[in-house]
Amino acid sequence: MHKPRQIRLPGKPLTRWIVALTLLVALTVTAVVGWLVWAPTPPSGTADVTLPTSGQPATQDLLQRGAYLARLGNCAQCHTAPGGAPYAGGRGIATPFGTVYGGNLTPDLETGLGRWSADDFWRALHRGQSPKGRALIPVFPYTSFTHLAREDSDALYAHLQSLPAVSHAPPAQGLTWPYGTPWALKVWQAVNFTPAPVVQKAPTMAMSVERGRYLVQGLGHCNECHGGRNIWGAPVAKQQLGGAVMPGLPWYAPPLQRTDSVHQAVLDGWSDDDLASFLTQGRNDLAVASGPMADVVHHSTQYLQAQDAQSVARYLLSLQTPSPNPTAPHASKLPPPSAAKTAGAHIYETQCAQCHGKQGEGKADAFPALAGNRAVTTDNTNNLILMVLYGGYGPSTATVPRPHGMPPFLLTLTNAEIAAVISHVRTTWGNRAAPIFEFDVHTIRNLHSPA
Amino acid sequence: MLAWCDPLSFFLTKGSLLRIALRHGVAYCALLLAALSCQSAFAIDTAMAERTQACTACHGPQGRAGPDGYYPRLAGKPAGYLYNQLRNFKDGRRHYTLMEGLLAPLSDDYLREMAEYFASLAPPYPRPLPSTASPTELARGRTLVVNGDTTLNLPACVQCHGQALTGVVPATPGLLGLSRDYLNAQLGGWQTGQRHAKAPDCMADIARKLSPQDANAVALWLTAQPVPDPAHAAADRPPRTPGQLPLPLCGSAP
Repeated sequence: MHKPRQIRLPGKPLTRWIVALTLLVALTVTAVVGWLVWAPTPPSGTADVTLPTSGQPATQDLLQRGAYLARLGNCAQCHTAPGGAPYAGGRGIATPFGTVYGGNLTPDLETGLGRWSADDFWRALHRGQSPKGRALIPVFPYTSFTHLAREDSDALYAHLQSLPAVSHAPPAQGLTWPYGTPWALKVWQAVNFTPAPVVQKAPTMAMSVERGRYLVQGLGHCNECHGGRNIWGAPVAKQQLGGAVMPGLPWYAPPLQRTDSVHQAVLDGWSDDDLASFLTQGRNDLAVASGPMADVVHHSTQYLQAQDAQSVARYLLSLQTPSPNPTAPHASKLPPPSAAKTAGAHIYETQCAQCHGKQGEGKADAFPALAGNRAVTTDNTNNLILMVLYGGYGPSTATVPRPHGMPPFLLTLTNAEIAAVISHVRTTWGNRAAPIFEFDVHTIRNLHSPA
Repeated sequence: MLAWCDPLSFFLTKGSLLRIALRHGVAYCALLLAALSCQSAFAIDTAMAERTQACTACHGPQGRAGPDGYYPRLAGKPAGYLYNQLRNFKDGRRHYTLMEGLLAPLSDDYLREMAEYFASLAPPYPRPLPSTASPTELARGRTLVVNGDTTLNLPACVQCHGQALTGVVPATPGLLGLSRDYLNAQLGGWQTGQRHAKAPDCMADIARKLSPQDANAVALWLTAQPVPDPAHAAADRPPRTPGQLPLPLCGSAP
């Protein structure tokens, strides 16, 4: 008999310890990931045992509510390919981790949700899981939809199941390895996502802050653009609605509440009616929806019923805290060189004054005033530069069906000229924001590459 | 309200005219009607001009882009054609970053109205730039445009785009007043499939039969032609003349 041969790790004792520790850590990580991936998931329907496990019968009332909720969730915008059949999927959404394509939500058996039950649908919204327990890609904003009440999930489900089935398989997901792998998504969820407490009933449609919060946090998924994200691309609780540059785009979704002293909340001083008009009409006396928000108003928020628009407005305005220094928006530390200032004034005179007025006063119901306009004086100038470069129309809405538009200056003005004219409007007529520089325009011009 | 239309308000301030008008009720009514129609015509025109400044920044005042640039003229093209193009850009079937971004939040009704607005305009057009083409190129271009080429199975441009090449309602565009760069880019786009239309895609079939030399000759000859004044689209395609090929089937311009 001889003693079993001992496994000897090479090297000195210290090295051996390091190797052993590394192995231990690797084993633990593998075990955790393995557990996350292969742990038995509760079969659909029993995931939330406190709830009725079947959908409500599809009454006309339920279908109508579902259609309304689908508008508020703006499902169609991501789940419809450009020019494609509504809800049949296929629109590409660029992210820093690769391009993700909206799925087919029509009740087609092979390519859509034809085989999904109301419970499956609820599980996707609430837990971010497929019927087989696979973690869904969080570009589908279950981080927000998890707040949805079960009854609203059922109404949405009933509406989607009532659509004509369209056979259309969206392109394969284009996430870079390893982000799209099942285990990576499981790990992402374990680190970044906790399903919200289960809610059966949505707040009634009366005007209330509570209803507003429910719509903003849940179906409206406002935070997906207006909130800060961590390096995993996950929403950060502390930066909720605190403003962010949109993933994959240089558009800046401005802060809807002040979360730190750096970001300026855009809604300071707005009334309920101001905000409700902005959402339902696409503009008010203070602002015009532009860029991605114009699309959101056009496809979604213009359909908010009056009470819901007021509720959303009340909730968002309840988040506002007085600005620490409201009368002095970020005063300029670097006055622009005088030559640039003269150039900016000249460009303004020849290119902008015709619509925006000689004193930046704008024209009611057509062209926004630039004097005192918060979109002009905000610290983050991405949107301002994008508007001058690419132009843009406000959204067509039921109230404002024929909005006015801003021409693009991408081809007629140089980066230096755009910087000069933007600096001019940011520092004139009582506007006291910092000027911008040619390099700022250069950066945005090179970054912005719409698909 | 009446003050909107300057000439009338001017006359109404003159007591004598007012008295005459009051005495002659019929004349007054006629004046009032004229004033109202004047006001509404004025209001609609300036309103659309103001609303479409984002378009005319590139496509020229009244949609009359210069023949020296790239952007195509819009004025007088058939409304159906312009509307189809606006929808194509919005729905991702035709690609140009600026157009796609501008149109994204606009309703189809509004796009239809813009199309009809530009179709209704007929601004005079500048003379074409002096041509740099050789006589052979121009002759070949003219042959293809006016007669087609039966050996290549190519119908003539005029068969669909109108005898005057100013387009045919509802949806076939005019081909004059466009820059050579634009025409070449479009023919190239049809050849590669970058630009396409509803099946049967007649224009793609025709463009693919053009050699690079023929495509260039067509563009050269078209850019050398003056734009008729006014340049409205024809109501119908010209009747087929003996020797011309039968018209192709077109999905988007029936």
